[in-house]
Amino acid sequence: MATRLPSYTLEWIFARTTEGMGKVLSSKWTKVFAFLLCLVPLGLLGWRYYQQKLGANPVEKITHTTGDWTIWFLLITLSVTPLRKLLDQPKLARFRRMLGLFAFFYGSLHFTTWLWLDKGFDLIEMWQDVVKRRFITVGMLALVLMVPLAITSTAGWVRRLGFVRWQLLHRLVYFSALAGVIHYYWLVKSDVRLPLFYGGILALLMTYRLGTWMLSKSTKRHARAAPMLK
Amino acid sequence: MLIRKAPEFRYSQITPRDVYFNRRTFLAAGTAAIGALATSNSLFAGEKLSGVSKSPLSTDEKPTPFDLITHYNNFYEFGSDKEDPAANSGNFRTSPWTMKVEGEVGKPKVFDLDALFKIAPLEERIYRHRCVERWSMVIPWVGFPLNALLKQVEPTSKAKYVAFESYYDKKQMPKARGTGIEFPYVEGLRLDEAMHPLTLLVVGLYGEKLPNQDGAPIRLVVPWKYGFKSIKSLVRIRLVEKQPPTAWNLSAPNEYGFYSNVNPEVDHPRWSQAKERRLPELSSRNTVKFNGYGDQVAKLYTGMDLRKNY
Repeated sequence: MATRLPSYTLEWIFARTTEGMGKVLSSKWTKVFAFLLCLVPLGLLGWRYYQQKLGANPVEKITHTTGDWTIWFLLITLSVTPLRKLLDQPKLARFRRMLGLFAFFYGSLHFTTWLWLDKGFDLIEMWQDVVKRRFITVGMLALVLMVPLAITSTAGWVRRLGFVRWQLLHRLVYFSALAGVIHYYWLVKSDVRLPLFYGGILALLMTYRLGTWMLSKSTKRHARAAPMLK
Repeated sequence: MLIRKAPEFRYSQITPRDVYFNRRTFLAAGTAAIGALATSNSLFAGEKLSGVSKSPLSTDEKPTPFDLITHYNNFYEFGSDKEDPAANSGNFRTSPWTMKVEGEVGKPKVFDLDALFKIAPLEERIYRHRCVERWSMVIPWVGFPLNALLKQVEPTSKAKYVAFESYYDKKQMPKARGTGIEFPYVEGLRLDEAMHPLTLLVVGLYGEKLPNQDGAPIRLVVPWKYGFKSIKSLVRIRLVEKQPPTAWNLSAPNEYGFYSNVNPEVDHPRWSQAKERRLPELSSRNTVKFNGYGDQVAKLYTGMDLRKNY
């Protein structure tokens, strides 16, 4: 690397920060730390259950907490790509699969809580609810859409499907997140502020994708047009 | 992120204006109170209520712990989370208080706080309480039948319904905004429902004055209906000719009807009402029609389609 006089310009600071962040993000230990961090919500829930501090309605608390974290993990997973590009941190992509799997993990806990503590593993009653109640229908859809994504989340499956097809399949996550937000919106009695907040974040993340997609389309058109101008 | 600085004073630390301007009287009253502790029942909640008799209308089921009854509340004026009312109602001023009774009555009346406790002899009634959200509790209320009050004001022949209204003050209840229902909270009963001996006006809980988060200083309790019918912190009762509007019905008419009797056979559009969770239990139990008070109240609804009149 060419020697360079330290210049305290913003660019220099950005470059050093980006470099430092890149190093941290490449570390094995950062991933281990992130993994443990993702388990904290579950740990806290377990601890508070053990301490009998889940309040008057523990089942409701467990259901709401796991549901909330499912949506959070979906939103965090969906922000990986925008953040990776905006911060110029390609190494962020290393965390996407883990975060997505945690969304599925908390979603499964949420579903199991309902099936076990609410429905008592009564599959007929469960199915009746899924068919009859639209907030459950759409919640179930959100979870079911995550199943193929969880299965095909490995590098082996990317190879087997081919990257283009794999990427296409994994766009299902947009619909899963949308279904999750609608599930929450339809569930609340009258105070829709939190579901709308989640919906707002999702809209922002989707707008970013739409924006970059339209931009890339127009640059491609320019690239095609350019030779003819010569 | 919002970084909020804690205010230097809490409202609870500020001497109320009227007390400050009458501080000599206040001090004198304090001295007098040392001699006679049980004089005023208007200043602090959590105070023991005296002369409370047991009622044969109580259930013998085990009451839900006090801590749960006071930390798991739907009282949207103080926020929509179950823990919000306990957290945000601490400074709620319930003294001075007036409750007006008016409308189609021969003798309209305004009750001040002391008068509210003297309308009729206080009884302890241990009732089942079933929320529309599928949870239930067993609550030892202290109060008196609403009919005792209604008889005093002498309803006219035009009075067919009773309309209730909660206290509302934006300044004291800043969390009410955005919760999705209109304030002041309003409720209503048919006159015969209001006159039923099970229908209570409640001023106490577990032998003490009603905590703010449970609807201090005075609230309604209708044990065979979903909890939201039991309106809190009453300031107005009107006897009227036509069926009055009710808060949750205004917010979602297809989900919450005027009658809202506990009924396992009639689903809420978004969930079944067949079961309930008796807090803090994890498992569910079957919900009983009219919350188990059918023997006493079913006759009020003979010939009515309860599916239509949900």
